[in-house]
Amino acid sequence: MSERQAYRSFISYIDRSREYYAAQGYTQPYTWARYSVVPFAPLLKPLADCRVGLVTTAGRRDTETSDGILPRELYAQEADPPPARMFTNHLFWDKKATHTDDLDSFLPLNRLTEYSREGRIGSVSRRFYGVPTDYSQNRTIKQDAPQILKWCREDGVEAVVLTAL
Amino acid sequence: MSLTARHLEENGLPTVIIGSARDIVEECGVARFVFSDFPLGNPCGKPYDKAMQRSIIGTALDLLERAWMPRTTIQPSYSWETEEWRKNFMLVDESNREVLAREGEERRRRQGAVKEKGRDSQ
Repeated sequence: MSERQAYRSFISYIDRSREYYAAQGYTQPYTWARYSVVPFAPLLKPLADCRVGLVTTAGRRDTETSDGILPRELYAQEADPPPARMFTNHLFWDKKATHTDDLDSFLPLNRLTEYSREGRIGSVSRRFYGVPTDYSQNRTIKQDAPQILKWCREDGVEAVVLTAL
Repeated sequence: MSLTARHLEENGLPTVIIGSARDIVEECGVARFVFSDFPLGNPCGKPYDKAMQRSIIGTALDLLERAWMPRTTIQPSYSWETEEWRKNFMLVDESNREVLAREGEERRRRQGAVKEKGRDSQ
């Protein structure tokens, strides 16, 4: 089916959030990361022989606080059995249009385990990793990302799926 | 999330991001990206739709193996049932401009109070 329209269909979250926070009276818009050079690591062996890790932005603890300040936690947690609950209320997602009651809609541990059983991937890492979304890009680059890399190496991870809520 | 993926790639670990905020991920620049054109919250497929989730994760695995250069984006051919979310998310118009301005003031007041408390306890 074809349609015609005068605007792009996918949402620009950069535009939308800038206008939203400006309407809330914030005068300095957030400046998003933009790089001209993009690193690329090729997969060096078949995925069927690789251990795959999973990184999420969801939290593993209830982070609701009365003062509106969001505690941040970087973590590695056992993937088997998968967690019964994860916490997403503090994150920026469309709470009117959908819900996060099914963890596999944003933390696909069960789907990855199925692919592992079927031999599509070698195995699923024994831990999955949580990286908080952070206003500070510097903290993500200098603290969080190196720690995620360290955990991936400890667990023998050879390829990584990252799911952004 | 994109910054974390970039760091892993720089250190030799192949990555694929599954997400719904296309502009944020692509402006940052990542190696491999599966773009789910859904409301933010369910990048790996609709809740309880195992077949869709399997397909989207399968696409991400294919991309890990088959992308040959960075900034490779794949968009699976699924759509949400409705389109209203595109207009409604973070909507700003005349109906809510005053409410948003009040919410912003309230938030700054709360955060200011927390900072003040932090200073007192030091």
